[in-house]
Amino acid sequence: MRNRSSLIVLFLLIAAGLAGPWVAPAHLSQFSQLWLFMVLALSWDLMGGQTGYNSFGNIVFFGIGMYASAIVQVGLVYPVAEYTAAKGGGTEFVFSAEQLHAGLALGIPFGGLMAMLAAIVFGALLLGMRGHYFAIATLGLAVAAGELAAGWNYIGAGSGMVAPTPPDTVDSVRLIYFLSWGVAAVALLFYHWLLSTRFRMAINAIRDDEDKAEALGHFTVRNKMTAWAISAFFTGLAGAVYGNLSRFIDPIDIAFSPEIGVWMILMAILGGKGTFWGPVIGTIVFFVAKELFWTYLLGWQRVALGALIVIIVVFFPEGIVGWVKSRWPRLFTSPGKGDAGEAERDREAAHA
Amino acid sequence: MQNLQLLLQAPVFNVQLLLDGMFIGAIFALAAIGMALVWGVMNIINVAQGEFVMLGGFVTLMLVEAGFHPLLGIPAAAVVLFVLGWALYRAVIWRIVDGDMFISLLATFGISIMMQQLMNEIFGADVRTVESGLGVWFLFDGMVTVTQVKVAAFFLSIVIGLLLWLFLKNARLGQAIRATAQNARAARILGVDTDRVYAVTYAINAALCGAAGALVVMAWSIHPYMGLPYTLRSFMIVIVAGLGNLASVIAAGLGLGMAEQYAGFLLGAEFQLAFVFLLLVAVLVGRQITLARKRQYLK
Amino acid sequence: MRDWQATDSPLLDVRHVTKRFGGVVANHDISLSVERGTIVGLIGPNGSGKTTLFNSIVGQHPIDAGEIWFKGQEISRYRVDHIARLGLIRTFQQTRIFGKMTCMENMLVALPESRRHLAAMFGHGSRADMERAAELLEFVGLYSKRYHEAGSLSFGQQKLLEFAMALMCEPQMLLLDEPTAGINPTLINGLVDRLRRANSEMGITLLVIEHNMRVIMNMAEYIYCLAHGELLAAGPPEEIRNDPRVIDAYLGVS
Repeated sequence: MRNRSSLIVLFLLIAAGLAGPWVAPAHLSQFSQLWLFMVLALSWDLMGGQTGYNSFGNIVFFGIGMYASAIVQVGLVYPVAEYTAAKGGGTEFVFSAEQLHAGLALGIPFGGLMAMLAAIVFGALLLGMRGHYFAIATLGLAVAAGELAAGWNYIGAGSGMVAPTPPDTVDSVRLIYFLSWGVAAVALLFYHWLLSTRFRMAINAIRDDEDKAEALGHFTVRNKMTAWAISAFFTGLAGAVYGNLSRFIDPIDIAFSPEIGVWMILMAILGGKGTFWGPVIGTIVFFVAKELFWTYLLGWQRVALGALIVIIVVFFPEGIVGWVKSRWPRLFTSPGKGDAGEAERDREAAHA
Repeated sequence: MQNLQLLLQAPVFNVQLLLDGMFIGAIFALAAIGMALVWGVMNIINVAQGEFVMLGGFVTLMLVEAGFHPLLGIPAAAVVLFVLGWALYRAVIWRIVDGDMFISLLATFGISIMMQQLMNEIFGADVRTVESGLGVWFLFDGMVTVTQVKVAAFFLSIVIGLLLWLFLKNARLGQAIRATAQNARAARILGVDTDRVYAVTYAINAALCGAAGALVVMAWSIHPYMGLPYTLRSFMIVIVAGLGNLASVIAAGLGLGMAEQYAGFLLGAEFQLAFVFLLLVAVLVGRQITLARKRQYLK
Repeated sequence: MRDWQATDSPLLDVRHVTKRFGGVVANHDISLSVERGTIVGLIGPNGSGKTTLFNSIVGQHPIDAGEIWFKGQEISRYRVDHIARLGLIRTFQQTRIFGKMTCMENMLVALPESRRHLAAMFGHGSRADMERAAELLEFVGLYSKRYHEAGSLSFGQQKLLEFAMALMCEPQMLLLDEPTAGINPTLINGLVDRLRRANSEMGITLLVIEHNMRVIMNMAEYIYCLAHGELLAAGPPEEIRNDPRVIDAYLGVS
């Protein structure tokens, strides 16, 4: 899709999101989740689809963002250890509207930054690996993070942690919706811009032939690190908001959930790896499928999701956008591809 | 760290940890041999490895609940898993053998999720075990307990590993498997039906894991979500031991088993799994650092 | 680009380089130097260690002994990307281009801006860059294919594209690994002509591995010959052509 029309569609999508609370007030939580998942899929794709580093462990940044934000939100008002020791419940830990808002305003960016910091540390250790070694190492990291969180008493260990309970005066569902929408809007616009810059070519070069990129003098290490840090930052932001959406933060079922970790990959692949619109479309399609599964499959939905992974990956690896692209290649142009008409004229000239 | 003092004051506890580690380590080695086989021959890392172990356990569990002797579970689980592995190959795996590595990782990951959720639906998430009917030995005045079923499991897994080795070395099909591992194209030209070799390889791997699972349910316990740690352990063992060497796979398996027992004892059981996963990351990072000195990559 | 002023020392100076792989000595005590602005050939039978030497020079692997100097600084310990940024660019024997990108995109990936600060990465391609890329594609005769996917080009055309990408990097020196191998013989003269023009018009120093004797004898001013990982002979083309040791090495008499 041409850059300008693509941007117009994107603005329309974001604007449509603004109307959410009036159009679907009863399903606001689901739509919040949809926006956040979109951020996860896009962020995964920056590494997996665009840079060629297929991470099974991006969920780690989701969890770090979630916990970091919750710690700040609680810590601003109460000692965190006492709060988690009391299982976060009880009547003594009450948050006023101001405390809640201040906590969110500080906690969410902090969650993103901590995730980013973690990405830089992990990146220094892991980004020298390639292919399946990188994938398995990140998987190990993600499950280790969940186990460690489940053993750490400060953040509630295995029994989890509860995000601050909003006072009755706050319409929290709507607040969280707008936070989710806001994070998604920023992420969508940022990624759309990022993928139109030269940076995209640099990371695509890494994906297609890293040795060649190096031989051309690219700062491959720096570019990989930057991509992973950006990916982690937005994943962390999404995690920070998600903690407030689900309210209860379980170390293994929510924060470092292998399930969500696989979903973000699946959404990107379903829509089309290595494209901007792929993860966006993939998220929407996946979300509809997931809601249907959860409604109609009564307990067997997770089995069906496993089957869905196999089917998508084996039979449909190019994804929706990849399929459209191979059918109508002329819809897609980039600076290096020039104007589609021009390319067509060249082709005709070559045949003449 | 009070447990460390305990170990120093009563060295006999070390014997317990080493023995326990050795017993479970043999099971790890068995699953790792299967992973190395599939990896070497088909260039696939089978993420569903641990789920095959888990399924083998549930097959045995069902048999015992139907009134059969648990030892019968070993051949039964191997046969059932062999068939399942074959069927999986015919349905899914053959499509991804020559494909992108990530596709095969994700596809087998999908299979693993399907299996664990299926077992969770059927049997529930509880931890299960079967009674083997074997006794317990007490050593060092009862300071060290050795359940006989663990000893049996240890020796049986070594025997199964050796049988596989003999098969690969001598049987016609085993030779075809090794030829395919070395150069699939050349093997095809020389008339080896590589598709069939792949199917058999994947099925043998599943059978190995199934037998391991039967031993696990007798000597330890199983539950639907036990798979991933087994997969990652196998992966770690293969990385350390390499693809071709049975003896070093067994050594690495036993070493990992013992390391895990110590970690569980010293850090607390709740950190034992975290230790396994972090050890995996540490092993990979360590290999990466040594390779980086030669300006190579871990790939 | 021309930050380094010519001095008496050669542009590339390889001093007593040894490289082993396990027990195999791929390069033993090899010394050679390339003066700025020249075209130098590197010949030798298959397996004589030419490509290994290239890999050592560009930092693909560490060397076991010796030193490598470029532009008056020692680069023996530098990594591939660092050396490339100094202006020493290599092409691969097995041509390597980005097959899924168009020729134009391949050229833009090679832009020297990719090698500067991070902030520059977040810009869009400028018109001047596009024009320069188009110019260089024209130079190698691929202008009409500029929006074709690079993977769809013939092998020879891919070689030309790789050469154009190397030029896009604005190198001071190019290491070319068998530039004419696999190219249609009728196109070889054109390629040699372009290599010469890159040398004379763009001032790029060339070190060329080549098996085609006619090509290398015509093009190079000075030739080094390797055999069994050691430097066998060095001299101007006429001298090498008549050197009995070189003839023996190629014919397998030793």
